[in-house]
Amino acid sequence: MNVELKDIYKTFGAVRANVAINLTIPAGTIQGILGENGAGKSTLMKILSGFFRADKGQILLEGQPVIIQSPADAIKHGIGMLHQDPLDFPPMRVIDDFILGRKGNLPMGQAEAVQDFKKLAEQFSFSLDPETYVDSLTVGERQQLEILRLIWLGARVLIFDEPTTGISAAQKEKLFAALRLLASQGKAVLFVSHKLEDVEGLCSSVAVLRQGVLVGEAKPPYVTKQLVEMMFGKAISVGARNPCGVEKEIVSLSKLSVEDYRLKVRDVSLTVHCGEVIGLAGMEGSGQGLFLRAVGGMTRTVGGKILIDGRDLTGRSYQTFKAHDVAFLPAARLEEGLVPGLNLTEHFILAEEPKGFFINWEKGRLLAQRRISEFNVRGTPANTVESLSGGNQQRALLALLREQLDLLLLEHPTRGLDIESTIYIWSKLKLRCKQGMSIFFVSSDLEEILQYSDRVMVFFSGKVTPPIEAATLTTEKLGELIGGKGWPTKPGEQVSESTSGKGA
Amino acid sequence: MELNTLLVGLAGVLAAAAPVLFAVIGETITERAGIINLSLNGTVLLAAMGGFTIAYKTGSVPLGFLAGMLIGAIVALVIAFSSITLKQSQVAVGFVLALACRDLAYFLGVPVLNQSGPRLPGWSIPVLKDIPVIGTLFFKQDLITYLSYLIIFLAWLWIFHTRPGLMLRGIGERPAAAFVRGANVNRMRYIYTIIGGAIAGLAGPAYSLSVKAGWMGTQSGLDGIGWIALSITIFGGWNPLRAAFGAYLFAFLQWLGLVLQSKLPGIPTQVLQVAPFPLMILTLLLVNISDAEWVSRMLAAMPERTRRALMKLLRALRASPPASLGVPFESE
Amino acid sequence: MKKNTWVNLGFQVGALVLALLITTLILVAAGAPPLKAYLSILSGAFGSTRNVVAVLITWSPLLLTTAGVLITFAAGLWNIGMEGQMTLGAIFATGMLRLFEHAALPPALIIILGILAGILGGAIWAALAGALKTFGGVNEIFGGLGLNFVATALTIYLVFGPWKRPGVGSMSGTQPFDQALWLPTLPGTELSIWSLVISVLVIALVYLLLRGTHFGLRLKAVGKNSKAAFLMGVPTWQYSMFAFLLCGAFAGLAGGIQVMGIYHRLLPNISNGYGFLGLLVAMLINYQALWAAPIAFLFAALNTGSVQLQIIYKLDSSFAGVLQDLLVLLVLLGEGARQRFIKKN
Repeated sequence: MNVELKDIYKTFGAVRANVAINLTIPAGTIQGILGENGAGKSTLMKILSGFFRADKGQILLEGQPVIIQSPADAIKHGIGMLHQDPLDFPPMRVIDDFILGRKGNLPMGQAEAVQDFKKLAEQFSFSLDPETYVDSLTVGERQQLEILRLIWLGARVLIFDEPTTGISAAQKEKLFAALRLLASQGKAVLFVSHKLEDVEGLCSSVAVLRQGVLVGEAKPPYVTKQLVEMMFGKAISVGARNPCGVEKEIVSLSKLSVEDYRLKVRDVSLTVHCGEVIGLAGMEGSGQGLFLRAVGGMTRTVGGKILIDGRDLTGRSYQTFKAHDVAFLPAARLEEGLVPGLNLTEHFILAEEPKGFFINWEKGRLLAQRRISEFNVRGTPANTVESLSGGNQQRALLALLREQLDLLLLEHPTRGLDIESTIYIWSKLKLRCKQGMSIFFVSSDLEEILQYSDRVMVFFSGKVTPPIEAATLTTEKLGELIGGKGWPTKPGEQVSESTSGKGA
Repeated sequence: MELNTLLVGLAGVLAAAAPVLFAVIGETITERAGIINLSLNGTVLLAAMGGFTIAYKTGSVPLGFLAGMLIGAIVALVIAFSSITLKQSQVAVGFVLALACRDLAYFLGVPVLNQSGPRLPGWSIPVLKDIPVIGTLFFKQDLITYLSYLIIFLAWLWIFHTRPGLMLRGIGERPAAAFVRGANVNRMRYIYTIIGGAIAGLAGPAYSLSVKAGWMGTQSGLDGIGWIALSITIFGGWNPLRAAFGAYLFAFLQWLGLVLQSKLPGIPTQVLQVAPFPLMILTLLLVNISDAEWVSRMLAAMPERTRRALMKLLRALRASPPASLGVPFESE
Repeated sequence: MKKNTWVNLGFQVGALVLALLITTLILVAAGAPPLKAYLSILSGAFGSTRNVVAVLITWSPLLLTTAGVLITFAAGLWNIGMEGQMTLGAIFATGMLRLFEHAALPPALIIILGILAGILGGAIWAALAGALKTFGGVNEIFGGLGLNFVATALTIYLVFGPWKRPGVGSMSGTQPFDQALWLPTLPGTELSIWSLVISVLVIALVYLLLRGTHFGLRLKAVGKNSKAAFLMGVPTWQYSMFAFLLCGAFAGLAGGIQVMGIYHRLLPNISNGYGFLGLLVAMLINYQALWAAPIAFLFAALNTGSVQLQIIYKLDSSFAGVLQDLLVLLVLLGEGARQRFIKKN
């Protein structure tokens, strides 16, 4: 089925997620949709699949305009989407999940469903047991289940949102074979990804989105450099470094290993000196967040050692790390960082070590007042945190940090902020680095990584590069690494020349 | 004890369990859709009083049962409206309604207090009643008791063996996933909350027109049944069969208390009647322990294979609630 | 800003009016003349010194339970187990008094020991609910409810069993204590100045705790966002547990006072619904301790006054409950409607 998107607009609050997007996908092709996090890819796909409604614009199938206001409408028109985190039902049996949502008689019709399931699975050479539970499957197997289900529902347009995140190489091969099979059957396949290699190897055409705008399209043979440039914009200048001037080891990691249910990060060794900024790059969920939390004592490590300021804190609690002058600023400001319902004064009092039993409100208010003006927060001490704008919340979080800090861990320090706030916040951070604090920060913004890091570590599906001097990196090189290109294929091979810190 | 006395006694247990059963099945359906109806205790009392009053005034027992269902449905509608449309805490509103309906039942029930009124006559099922043992046990009851057997299986069939029932499970489990498969989540939540409330409402007249006919205010012995039903719903793991087992177990233990009283004069009746409660807490602990943070932390630190094996074991024990129980859903 | 104030006021007054309207309809349905019924409640509460004293007797335990749930609500917890905690307080106090009734100790000391035992009993019962929640994953609502029933059973067992009156046990409770062990009351009444003073002190303490201490602020942070509180260095589960303990202590205190100041013996249903009523008061005042005293007083007056309804109109005294419940319900719904209204405009 031919799909045509015409002049699609969508905004969330102040964020323009999709702006005037026009795209045509002919039947029987695999269309790549490429872009970095937050470029608007997922939003566009969710509009096509009825999850969101566009503010403006039209969707045409086989040249006919259709109205899609809900997923039910999309299903009716044969559009199915496989979400990045498969939207299935973990505690159910595979066959129940398979049937759920398909119209039919009152009885579930399990026997026929099992037959169809097996037939379809064979066609795609997937081996799935219809009787097992969904939560015992790997992410790759859950995707396979979703594919079979969508085909069974009669989908003729299939959308895959970042399907190669978190699956094994063998499963990826199977997935790609399935996608090619679908295209050869005359279905329109949309493949959303940030992975250059995958897009280049699979798609018959690629559209690139950046900041909600479709910035270009390309056909094979692809030129990687050109795709990277479209994805991330122009090359960026590298920021100035300002070490603190003292040679002191703040953090020393040796063979640190962390894992969660889908990712393993293995054997990271690293020494960080006072004043250094380490940028952790990679697409979301590649392991950098896990690593960052492990360095702060919030995730239990499964191997290796963490030394902070010379003391071995391996396996100790977050409270202990905090007592040793480590601080963590989460990305979800209102969910994890601040307490909605409490005002700024109360936050400043909370952040201080409590002295005595009663609160000295006057002192708290003065402290809040001083820090608010110091950090240029637009608000009063009596304002509740949820009434502040995102930028001001982030400034408030910085203002809440204690004076004495050795190590600061940041998740997306400037996500969703305007340029002015971004520059302001980094100037404050750099100032503290000059005073001797070190920083680890996670960001999906390449500019930010290149501009503010001294060294960069790139994460891809749990793999980590050794720290790379930011000065030797370019946007292209970084973009490729993030996209999974240019990684060593043989163990032991180096990604890039790296210096292991100034002290070594 | 003679066999026949025992059988009659057990038949009495089956009949006495009917009110709890309706309440538990109604709540199970509601919670499957992701809504907690915490008002159960009040709903049952108000429905018992209302059902009896209507039957008393009109002389019609069926109208009394209808009134009970209507009361249950209306209270459920208030819960649905406040939680789905007004996005207020289901727990707060449900709790206040539990108290409000109870007080209202006692207040409005004064005119019919201790009046003798109509009740549902017993009706033995021809042929079936003559089966030895089983006949006496199951088929010499009244219509509402037969309906209580039936509703267990109907609810079970609906939830686990029909297409809409599958969608119901999906809505309570992961509304976003049900939504992308074409469900109108909030509308279905309204509908199931009201249906569940109506079924729970049947518990009232099942008591005041059958088990212990009449309205005796605070002496009815009905106060507390709703809270019990709420914990049996958890014990039942949101499965009508397991929940029915819980309800019968509860009624059986209470009957056992009465029987044992003559054997154990030192222990008052009321104590034996609440004896199931520590048991209930214990089972709640057992079915919930895998949700505790220290358990999951312990599990997370284990090697892959051990973790999978342990998780399997815990799943067998565990009654995990619908994952989105009490969580409002907005599509955008 | 000014417009919002008017909108808020409008919704609050609307909820109040609607609640009164519905209760009036209920009165009509029950066949009572509404205006006269309301007036009789008023006179039942304030018509004579005796009535006012009765209101104050009810006010005291209600203030204590309200104070308790304000603490647990601040920590984001639904301590529905207040009834049981109060009951355990009563049991422990009774036990202590029975233990020392015939001992050669000064009565004042025994009374103090009794009060302390009550506090301990309530705290233990709350700690159980807290431990079930923290380490067992059992929701505090169901843990608390279950423990309420167990507490009731325990009372009945004691009243009919080991502590039964000489002769035969009955619902009228255990043998009354020696008069020397009663909390001193105002002559001719059952109003204990001590219990009144303690209750007022406790609610003042809770107000101060939540308003002006580091402990209170950290507790609120745990209740509003435990993840953020944890990252800010607050030991979250310890704070939740402590909130349970404190709340249970207040409930146990209330139970002890019921036993030692009013009934002078252990009775079944000694908690008398004060735990649930405390939850209602806390919800109605939107968890602001400042308003606890007046609203608890209003609720106590309604409870006392509605006894008149029973006498004059042969209506059930649960009317007070109906009025209180509907008031809270409509204020909750009104708040939801207000938020919806503001979002839409």
